[in-house]
Amino acid sequence: MIELKDITKVFNAGRLNEVVAVAGVSLSLEAGQVTVFKGPSGSGKTTLLGLIGCMARPTAGRIMLGDREITSLPERFLTAIRRQTFGFIFQQFNLLKGITVLENIMLPAYPTGESYAALKARAMELLELFNLENKAAAPVEWLSGGETQRVAIARALINQPAIIIADEPTAHLDTRLSREFMEIMRQFRAAGKTVFIASHDPIVYDSDAVNRVVDMRDGQVIVSRAA
Amino acid sequence: MWIEKQRHILDFTLSSLARRKGKNLALIAVYVLTVSILGSVMFYSAAMKREAALLLKDTPEIVVQRTVAGRHDLMPVSYGQEIVKIRGVGTVKGRLWGYYYDPTVKANYTFMVPEGLSLTEEEIIVGRGLARVRQLSKGSRLWCTTHDRKNVPFRVFDILAPESELISADLILISEPGFRKLFGISGQYATDLTVKVRNPKEILTIVAKIRQILPDSRPITREEILRTYDAVFDWRGGLVLLALAGAVLAFLIFAWDKAGGLSAEERREIGILKAIGWETGDVLQMKFWEGLTISLSSFLIGTLLAYLHIFFTSAALLSPVIKGWSVIYPDFRLTPFVSGVQLATLFFFTVIPYTVATIVPAWRAATIDPDTVMRT
Repeated sequence: MIELKDITKVFNAGRLNEVVAVAGVSLSLEAGQVTVFKGPSGSGKTTLLGLIGCMARPTAGRIMLGDREITSLPERFLTAIRRQTFGFIFQQFNLLKGITVLENIMLPAYPTGESYAALKARAMELLELFNLENKAAAPVEWLSGGETQRVAIARALINQPAIIIADEPTAHLDTRLSREFMEIMRQFRAAGKTVFIASHDPIVYDSDAVNRVVDMRDGQVIVSRAA
Repeated sequence: MWIEKQRHILDFTLSSLARRKGKNLALIAVYVLTVSILGSVMFYSAAMKREAALLLKDTPEIVVQRTVAGRHDLMPVSYGQEIVKIRGVGTVKGRLWGYYYDPTVKANYTFMVPEGLSLTEEEIIVGRGLARVRQLSKGSRLWCTTHDRKNVPFRVFDILAPESELISADLILISEPGFRKLFGISGQYATDLTVKVRNPKEILTIVAKIRQILPDSRPITREEILRTYDAVFDWRGGLVLLALAGAVLAFLIFAWDKAGGLSAEERREIGILKAIGWETGDVLQMKFWEGLTISLSSFLIGTLLAYLHIFFTSAALLSPVIKGWSVIYPDFRLTPFVSGVQLATLFFFTVIPYTVATIVPAWRAATIDPDTVMRT
């Protein structure tokens, strides 16, 4: 359960280019569900996901992760929570070019200091899960669009997070791959994971894998409804 | 767990470095060149000073010259009889040596009468450098012009061993009668006197007494000669470094630019790492390993190259600048000698600045908010 209480995020506060990205959002987000944040560009959905995922702190308001208040934690603790609790899938996938698929998947777990053997075994399991085991040694730039997407998802799962955050995950995918992505999200939900997706793609928010849609505009929640 | 973490970060650093092969190899090449230049000059100066010190080890503690109006003049042998009376003085011997200008090769030779070596009046032993220049071998003749303008031949009895070539490249050993005939110096005079002292602690006292008894004498101690050698090689080494300062500066600018100025791509990667759960400290550790890998490997390769250059190629690139004090250059192989202090100095002036140069901009990039990756 994640509780957002009157969250505001202002960029470049006090300067000419000041932007209020999120303005007074209060929400209760249930665990074990797929929630989609929907809205046009600039509506504040990506910023809100960043705040939920401990990537940045809100300018005002409080965020509760379970019964823990996370907004006032120092950076080190926020990073640890981010690493242990959240798995991220970015719009551009943000895989590191020039290194192998296997290394890319293992990267988020490096700071944990887990043994290489255990880490590699888990990464190989994930590659098998996504039918990519024969691509483990390939550099990521050799992959097709669909494969890149699956590697990004595998990377998000390496630390066994309870919550998956995906920011416009289907923006660069065709219809088939977008549907495939939502199918994977459905499996996550079935496995008891919580999923937050920011998207303005109908394939995403109209999918029956989604439990809840939060409509946003101008940094505010317009409607929050069950899908 | 900490070690495992460092291992992971180091693994990633190495594969990261391999991704930018061209840039990193160029950087290492320039770095290696700088280290090897600095290292060569340092090793060379130190080895030369040590070589000189070794050669001077067995020389007498004090050399006494006579000066007339500040000019070096011939030393009456009778002065020795006065010096030997000073308490603490062991033996006093007259030395015969002098420079000889040979217009054929436009070089100065040093003629010297050695102790305990029996040569006939016509025989000489020549240094290897001189033998090379005048193409002399055992049995060949060297014509010299005497003080009364007569041309006399000297027969080469032997050529000096290469170990002593630093000091003896232009040396000619000659018998006493031969020397006196060549330079026209009578038996009552020597070039200077050597004084052996029984207790080294008394050297300065004896020097003071010699000055007192013989006001027209100039005693020079072995330590003063050693200090002069040190100063000469330090000065020459410094001169070379000064000339190369431009190159070193260019390297520093290059290194700062390459290592310090992170590319947009590298900044983006740091953002990704932070977004997926790396702390600022983890990113800094990665950059630290990166800097250390580059600088340490360059340092090791550069130092090795400098060592090979100085001790195996006899400093082929440096010797004309640092070594020569005459037209005839000594050709010899230095005894390998590298001290911990030298290595530490080299390390301090190359590895540390580079590592710092890489950490500072990485720190700036590592402190960006991870959500910038989501907003770009």
